[in-house]
Amino acid sequence: MKDYNIFDIIGPIMIGPSSSHTAGACRIGYAAQKIIKSPIVEVRFVLYGSFSKTYKGHGTDVALLGGILGFKPDDERLVDAFKIAENRTLKYEFISSDDDSEHPNTVLIHAKTNLLETWEITGISIGGGKMIIKSINGIDVHFTGEFNTLVTHHKDSSGMLAKISTILSQNRINIAFMKLYREEKGQKAIGIIEADERIPKNVVDELTQIDGMISVNVIQKIYE
Amino acid sequence: MKLTSALDIIDYCHKSSVSLDALALAYETKKTEKTPEYIESYLKSVLKVMENAVASGINDVDNHIHGKIIGNDSIQLKKRYESQKTVCGETIAKAAAYALGTMEVNASMGKVVASPTAGSCGVLPAVLVTAKERFDLTEAQLIKGLLAANMVGSIVARNATISGAEGGCQAEVGTASAMASAAVVHMMGGSVEQVFNASAMCFKNLLGLVCDPIAGLVESPCAKRNAIGAANALLCAEMSLAEIKSIIPFDEVVDAMYRVGKSMPSSLRETALGGLATTKTGIQIATDLFSK
Repeated sequence: MKDYNIFDIIGPIMIGPSSSHTAGACRIGYAAQKIIKSPIVEVRFVLYGSFSKTYKGHGTDVALLGGILGFKPDDERLVDAFKIAENRTLKYEFISSDDDSEHPNTVLIHAKTNLLETWEITGISIGGGKMIIKSINGIDVHFTGEFNTLVTHHKDSSGMLAKISTILSQNRINIAFMKLYREEKGQKAIGIIEADERIPKNVVDELTQIDGMISVNVIQKIYE
Repeated sequence: MKLTSALDIIDYCHKSSVSLDALALAYETKKTEKTPEYIESYLKSVLKVMENAVASGINDVDNHIHGKIIGNDSIQLKKRYESQKTVCGETIAKAAAYALGTMEVNASMGKVVASPTAGSCGVLPAVLVTAKERFDLTEAQLIKGLLAANMVGSIVARNATISGAEGGCQAEVGTASAMASAAVVHMMGGSVEQVFNASAMCFKNLLGLVCDPIAGLVESPCAKRNAIGAANALLCAEMSLAEIKSIIPFDEVVDAMYRVGKSMPSSLRETALGGLATTKTGIQIATDLFSK
């Protein structure tokens, strides 16, 4: 069953013209900068499918870049994203790809941060302004932004999950969905934990203390 | 409380003696875990965005608000209904101008409410603002209208589709028109049966409408189809308030709309590979746009 609420049917409030090509694209960019966390200095967007063909007419480029700048789909600054990026000395580039993609509205974001980390994030826009982040640095994920979400980077080791969930339950945070991804056994793993409640800073600090934890990011709910 | 069809909703309203807007508010409160105050304040901001979009569209004297293909149509229509005797009456002419204007705002990357989608964002504001002006409706009454509209939209989204890529324009402008008609009937004090009769008639009148956007953009023929969606909503509300019934009940009409949508070839479902998009002029516009 498809589950829709009033914020989907009479909403979202957004900058036009297209919920999938503009609002959804903006949310992919927005989610990406939240996941990356450190300031981005360079970003390259590779567009596939319908994104690749109609991105100019739909302002998909402006929306993606605006999202990376931290603007949400209803932010009127989106229209000026190119100028604002230039003022912030953020380098950007758009590439249309003719390669096949699983979903018609797919974008691959390559980003470099001020710490010279490089990131690769793939997102798809699934209609009505909704999006899914499909992969982060080559690791398959499924992140929708509809819940308060913890992204943990940690060492793949036994008991990690138990330690995380203990801290969450002690703080009365209910886990709605939880997924773990790892590159290889014993190597770096990524946890995506979607929770009903807001995740406060003290909980993030507590999680960061766990032995083997590399980093903990919180992405509060992007949309209702 | 499980509301999965118009029948469920009609039953519930009668058994519990609750109005459609009160039921919608209670249902959404439960689904979203938000307070009724939060939802009402959200709907107030929705109304503000809708009214601003209508105003920007029809007052754009310098034609700043235009897309890659469309622009200036709302103001032209406004000039006509303000200065001459209209062919279809001032109410319909206004509603059409407001719908065109909102779609022009959307095409120019202005702020709109996707209701239910960006491609159909002109219908609901056009009808609400027209009704507000004609009957001096208050914000509280308009919010009740939005809640009724939401009930219709969520049943369609649940049991069929509101996406042009899945069901063609009948699913987008059709749903918007059905929602707008529901809002009007409810605000005019119509019964819940009359609400769904109006919505059913709206779909029937637009059944089979394809989605064939020129150059793949949300502009043409979308804007003018929003105008017909608004006029259709007012017409069906009028018929339903006169106790005219839809021969086919709402739930069955929605099912028919879904089946029609599924049997449409993909060339007529938002791919810009058929219909008006592939006419000689449609192709020329796309070529000119993308060669820039």
